[in-house]
Amino acid sequence: MSLSSVKNFARHARYVMTENPVTALAALLFLLIVIAAVAGPALVPYDPMATDGGRALQPPSWDHWFGTDHLGRDVFSRVVVATRLDLMISLAAVAIAFVIGSAMGAVAGYFGGWADRITGRLLDTIMAFPLFVLAMGVVAAAGNTIENIVYATAIINLPFYARMARAEVNIRRHAGFVQAARLSGNGDWRILAQHIFPNTLPPMMVQISLNMGWAILNAAGLSFIGLGVRPPTPEWGIMVAEGANFIVSGEWWLAFFPGVALMLAVFTFNLLGDGLRDLVDPQRRT
Amino acid sequence: MSIPLLDIKALTVEFGTRRGVVDAVRQVSVTVAKGETVGIVGESGSGKSVTSYAVMRILDRAGRIAGGSIVFGGINVGKADERTMRDLRGREMSMIFQNPRAALNPIRSVGRQIEDVLIEHSLATRADAREKAIDVLKAVRINDPESRYHAYPFELSGGMCQRVVIAIALACRPQLLIADEPTTGLDVTTQKAVMDLIRELTAERNMSTLLITHDLGLAAAYCDRIVVMEKGRVVEEADTATLFADPQHPYTRRLLQATPRLDSKVADLLPEEDSRRRTPSARPPGEALLRIQDLVKVFPGKDKGDEYRAVDGLSFEVRCGESLGLVGESGCGKSTTSSMIMRLLDPTSGSIQFNGEDIGAVPGKRFAGHPARAGLQMVFQDPTDSLNPRWSARRSISDPLMRLGNVRGSALRAKVEALAEMVGLPEHLLDRFPHQLSGGQKARVGIARAIALEPKLLILDEPTAALDVSVQAVVLNLLVELRERLGMSYLFISHDLNVVRLLCERVLVMKAGRIVEQGPAEQLLDSPEHPYTRELLAAIPHPPAGMVPSPIRGEPQAMVR
Repeated sequence: MSLSSVKNFARHARYVMTENPVTALAALLFLLIVIAAVAGPALVPYDPMATDGGRALQPPSWDHWFGTDHLGRDVFSRVVVATRLDLMISLAAVAIAFVIGSAMGAVAGYFGGWADRITGRLLDTIMAFPLFVLAMGVVAAAGNTIENIVYATAIINLPFYARMARAEVNIRRHAGFVQAARLSGNGDWRILAQHIFPNTLPPMMVQISLNMGWAILNAAGLSFIGLGVRPPTPEWGIMVAEGANFIVSGEWWLAFFPGVALMLAVFTFNLLGDGLRDLVDPQRRT
Repeated sequence: MSIPLLDIKALTVEFGTRRGVVDAVRQVSVTVAKGETVGIVGESGSGKSVTSYAVMRILDRAGRIAGGSIVFGGINVGKADERTMRDLRGREMSMIFQNPRAALNPIRSVGRQIEDVLIEHSLATRADAREKAIDVLKAVRINDPESRYHAYPFELSGGMCQRVVIAIALACRPQLLIADEPTTGLDVTTQKAVMDLIRELTAERNMSTLLITHDLGLAAAYCDRIVVMEKGRVVEEADTATLFADPQHPYTRRLLQATPRLDSKVADLLPEEDSRRRTPSARPPGEALLRIQDLVKVFPGKDKGDEYRAVDGLSFEVRCGESLGLVGESGCGKSTTSSMIMRLLDPTSGSIQFNGEDIGAVPGKRFAGHPARAGLQMVFQDPTDSLNPRWSARRSISDPLMRLGNVRGSALRAKVEALAEMVGLPEHLLDRFPHQLSGGQKARVGIARAIALEPKLLILDEPTAALDVSVQAVVLNLLVELRERLGMSYLFISHDLNVVRLLCERVLVMKAGRIVEQGPAEQLLDSPEHPYTRELLAAIPHPPAGMVPSPIRGEPQAMVR
């Protein structure tokens, strides 16, 4: 059963990829990002923190693919090593937002009434703020640490999951299979957790993937304005912020390469969404 | 013979799918003459709808006309460009779909939608569109067309919506009307009204009609000629009278036999050699198992203080081992009643006594853990909707056993397999997901789940309404067999008196939340007393009476999977 189901899944994954080349491309980029995140520090040619005044601000060359920055650090090494931190922040933020948000939304959608009203107003309150400003406020108030960036990003993403879960649960609340589950002796909580919630996963997957890209952008944005991650830690947002000062004087590579990395990461997650949905939806499997 | 209006010759339609190219329609030839009504009859997957989509050139993106020709009024539809097709659709040929509510735009008033069609085809100007739209509504016999003009689809009943769809389809006075299952999902009396309307209007205008249906009875009542399709091919084509008097193809005969008629017994629906034929044995009814007294369910209405009595003082009982039929049209309260008995819904007042205990007093929310829960189970109307799409058949059948039966591990496995065998579901299908099963197989999973706990009372809520007639024949026989084997009582809910009569000893006829007539099935159907019962009976289309299909030769069983 387990072996055959793994095989089935692999066959299905192959089908999803071959049917949609965009998904295959996204998967390839995703693999690249994951490799960079896991093995990045071991792979890079230079120590990302090592400064060398004599080699400052060198343009891209065979020695330094992406050039060096104002302190003589290798930009390529820094861009690759930064992947881990950015990915961790967004992954943690999205995981928290997904778990709490979808739980809140599912309860609101299933039970309705007061549960729905309270969560609904709470979410409206969060949504009423310009989200980036809210994240800035949270980090500024709670303290300038990486953890707080994660929490801030999670909070601003939470309403999207909650609203989606609420809608998806609500339309299935009176479905035939839910009534059948009730006749089989399932209580409310079990029906919600085992019968309804798993059925909301395919659309949620798209949301998760889109959100990953957005969370990376958000974390980088916070670092860009000087909140959260602090120099000299390699992080895409900080690198763009630092590099921005040198663009006017013609040293474009400082900001360009981390910017491209950021864009590619966001692009990858946005493209990955549909593929992920097809992967977790059993109805797409034949 | 003159040139036919529609001439389909050797049409082949292909669909590109994950498993390669599939021929949905193979070498199909059909002609429709001016003023003629032709029925295409077949079960799901026979390619009857695809044929009609090909005529309108509205196939899915994956589908394409791979061979043959479709000539409509001298125009080769297969080769025509999209502009020509746009002019043809609506003006020269139009279509009525199965679900009228889905065919109408929910946020536009019906009058406006009729105007849209008239203006699109330059048959009205902005100035006189309204007046013409009202005339069209009048033509389809909608009462008070001036005020209905402003109504939105959700404010109208299903039958009314279908009339509006017909009004739109006929607004431009097309020459050909394609009706794809126009009355599936409508009540029998509404079905009759809608079909009579289509017949009258098309006769008045000398239009041709292509009626696509799975219901031989309906085709018999309204078509001049019938084409029978099976698996993408035409197997037989004949005048209606000839087809019913002397069906040639074995498939046609099986289809005819599986269609319940006034005098058929449940075993008659299957071929004589079929080992699944069952005859219900007459047993003396036992003591009362379920006793309903003065059951009332009131729903709040639109306005404050307004109320709607869905079930209004219902009293009846089901005895041990008895099959009781509950018949009525949509909105009569039969589903509300079954939900209350199943304890999915709390009654407003009245008592539900099951095995001498008043279970109506236990709130529905807390009934999941009640000892009587296992004794009351239900088979739902829509087999697709009632199975969790993410659960395999095995897991769905296991669910009640794990929750209420406390069966685990290898005992559970064995029990599920035994149940699958009992309902005739091959074991290798147990690990499939609902979308990988056919309608009949899904129905079996639903039945296996419902009988898993060996309930005393099984409510069957139109268990065969979504199934093909040949599958319905097998499922009905299966239900007869299971009742004998497990000693269950059935409460069979349906709008189809013919099917109810096959399975039930006693029948209640419900209207507007009340029982209007009750009695032994045979008696009630042979000599109905209440006018409503008579109306219901008269509305059911039957294959021509007196025609008993000759015994079927060859290919026993093979068809139904």
